[in-house]
Amino acid sequence: MKMTKVIAAAAALMVAGSLAACSGGGGGGGGGNDAANCTNKITKTDLPVVTLWAWYPNTELVVDNFNKDHDDVQVCWTNAGAGGDEYDKFQTAISAGSGAPDVVMLEADRIPTYQIQNALVDLTDLGYADVKGNFSDGAWKDVSVGGAVYGAPIDGGPMGMIYRKDVFDKYGITTPPTTWAEFEADAQKVKDAGGPFFADFPANQPAFVTALLYQNGAQPFTYDPANGGEIGIDLNSDASKQVLDYWAGLVSKGLVSTQDQFTPEYISGVIGGDYATYLSAAWAPGYLQGAGVGEGDDAGVWATAPLPKWDPSNPAVNWGGSAFSVTSQAKDPKLAAEVAFGVYADDASLKDGWENQIIFPLNVNVLNDPAFVDAKVKFFDGQQANKEVYVPAANAYTGMTYTPIGQYFYTAFTKQIAAIDDGSATGSEAADALQADVVKYAEEQGFTVK
Amino acid sequence: MTITLPARRGARPRRRSTGSRQNLTGWLFVGPFAIVFLALLVLPLGFAFYLSTFQKALIGGTKFVFLGNYAKAFTDPSFLDGVSFVIRFSLVLIPVQMAISLAIALVLDMVTTRFARFSRLMIFMPYAIPAVIGALMWGFLYSKNFGPIADFFAALGTTGPDFLSKGLIFWGLMNVVTWQWAGYYMIIIYAALQGIDPTLYEAARIDGASQWQIILRIKIPLVAPSLVLILVFALIGTLQFFNEPKILQQLAAGAIPEDFTPNMYAYQQAFTLANYNYGSAISFALGAVVFICVYIFLFATRKRGSFLS
Repeated sequence: MKMTKVIAAAAALMVAGSLAACSGGGGGGGGGNDAANCTNKITKTDLPVVTLWAWYPNTELVVDNFNKDHDDVQVCWTNAGAGGDEYDKFQTAISAGSGAPDVVMLEADRIPTYQIQNALVDLTDLGYADVKGNFSDGAWKDVSVGGAVYGAPIDGGPMGMIYRKDVFDKYGITTPPTTWAEFEADAQKVKDAGGPFFADFPANQPAFVTALLYQNGAQPFTYDPANGGEIGIDLNSDASKQVLDYWAGLVSKGLVSTQDQFTPEYISGVIGGDYATYLSAAWAPGYLQGAGVGEGDDAGVWATAPLPKWDPSNPAVNWGGSAFSVTSQAKDPKLAAEVAFGVYADDASLKDGWENQIIFPLNVNVLNDPAFVDAKVKFFDGQQANKEVYVPAANAYTGMTYTPIGQYFYTAFTKQIAAIDDGSATGSEAADALQADVVKYAEEQGFTVK
Repeated sequence: MTITLPARRGARPRRRSTGSRQNLTGWLFVGPFAIVFLALLVLPLGFAFYLSTFQKALIGGTKFVFLGNYAKAFTDPSFLDGVSFVIRFSLVLIPVQMAISLAIALVLDMVTTRFARFSRLMIFMPYAIPAVIGALMWGFLYSKNFGPIADFFAALGTTGPDFLSKGLIFWGLMNVVTWQWAGYYMIIIYAALQGIDPTLYEAARIDGASQWQIILRIKIPLVAPSLVLILVFALIGTLQFFNEPKILQQLAAGAIPEDFTPNMYAYQQAFTLANYNYGSAISFALGAVVFICVYIFLFATRKRGSFLS
């Protein structure tokens, strides 16, 4: 009896002890703050370290360039996922109060979402004045909320229309359409002759459709933190309804596809010639090339043209683009700001970025550099894509206003676009439903909706 | 037999001492499990429930609403649509899954060649494949451009059904889940069948029973308890449906919105929108729904008298 008790006690202690050892050894995972978990190698180990989350394909090279050029701080980089994956982790780290990196890569449309949670640091007094002239006003507006700057712009997504020359030639389209009316007419022409879809209207790219709304003069959101809990939501204005009705018409007439983008399905369709055009941004050629487009039978058939407009006075629009923000969990905000403004800002990194079509840099030194502007892009069979399409679009861009409930807005918009795509709602109905949905959510979150 | 009394020197009577020593031994054995159980199950559940009694707004902060979130959940169309979907899904999926598993188990029970053993392994294989891999694989198989289904129909000259479209996603998901789980249930039923006394079959054959009558009157009633068991597990699992729709959502964002199933809705609320309070409330609300459904099911299948009838 006594021995059994002793054995039982010993077994209990052993199991409990090994469990504790398990938890002790395995801890520390998933945090960007642990400097020993860098993907890149830091050689100057006695310098202070700033942690960074970014998903550019060439981030390692960029970070190595920064670390080589700087003797006061080193960057420790991890890839915490691309897009939504990183945002979910960042959001969890914010809610938990720890685990966020010092500097985080954010797309401009997400910045207000984190700013309102006081998760980002205002960079106005942390080096903004020194780099102000390096980016256009539109670029700064995108990363600002109210009057304060919350991000260092890196790249943008000025929009254009990528099209297949072979499809256009085959169906007798001599010049790419410049207005949406021409676009529809050309789409009908191609369909009547038995051709492929003219474009794609995906449910999973609400940012793309939002840009189209802006192009028609819609002002979906207004928000200024100085006004406290006030927020402006206008998603069913006439301009928005016009755009959504137009696309609902294209879908119902079978002129455009409804395939989700950034899927293998879509890429194989692009390669196979299922879409005559790809309305996209300046980062699209890099993305397509990385996915294998333009390598096989479809090499040399691609060209790009400015995005069609309703009216020549329509503003230039932007889809995507990213910035580096300093988080409020940064141990040394000044050093973190130096990193945010310094990484991907040196000539070597920028050159690698645009030559390999990884980013469309917003730095005006590059935008004014003839090597960049006059570059003959291989994906477009030698066309000077930057000069003709993307640089003018970037220069004409004056920025968009984003909303602190952007995450919910995109989910709600995806639902409505899906309804348009399967024919269960017209464009106007979708716009009204979207407005009601987003206003309800904003009011639940305590905002006063104007 | 003589009983010697212990020396009374202020010590406790032997009986109670043995008892309390036995109690202590028992507690020590249970100890590690109890620590883990408390720390990893009871405490998080308690914390989640505590969270669910608050409401958080971006403007205005957190306030205590006790059951306010639950009232909101049970009138939330996203949650109710999700619940309706998983219930409909369970009502269709579980009978089909059970029928398939039962049929295969019965066949494998009757056949005793090496082929039978090989088939058992092959049918069980999909269960060994991680759910995520299986779902991704099926996503590619359903592909319109390079999936075999599309190729098959193209060879016939028509376009095949798009299982990733809004209309057919129900069947697409059902197919993936059945493929993954039929083998697992089949093994359990097969083990139960192996446990039946073969003399019962001899007796039945002597009485002139056909193979079908043996199956319907002997085998199935005798594996009924195992059937009920796996049906309960299947019901609980299917009502909490999350893996497959979340993975396939990457390929079919239009057909599978964020609130497709209650568990996905809870995930979206908690991790994408940072509404941890409402997300916890939805999880508990789903738990309540599961509890009610399982209770109804167990009540409906309770035994009436002798199980051999």
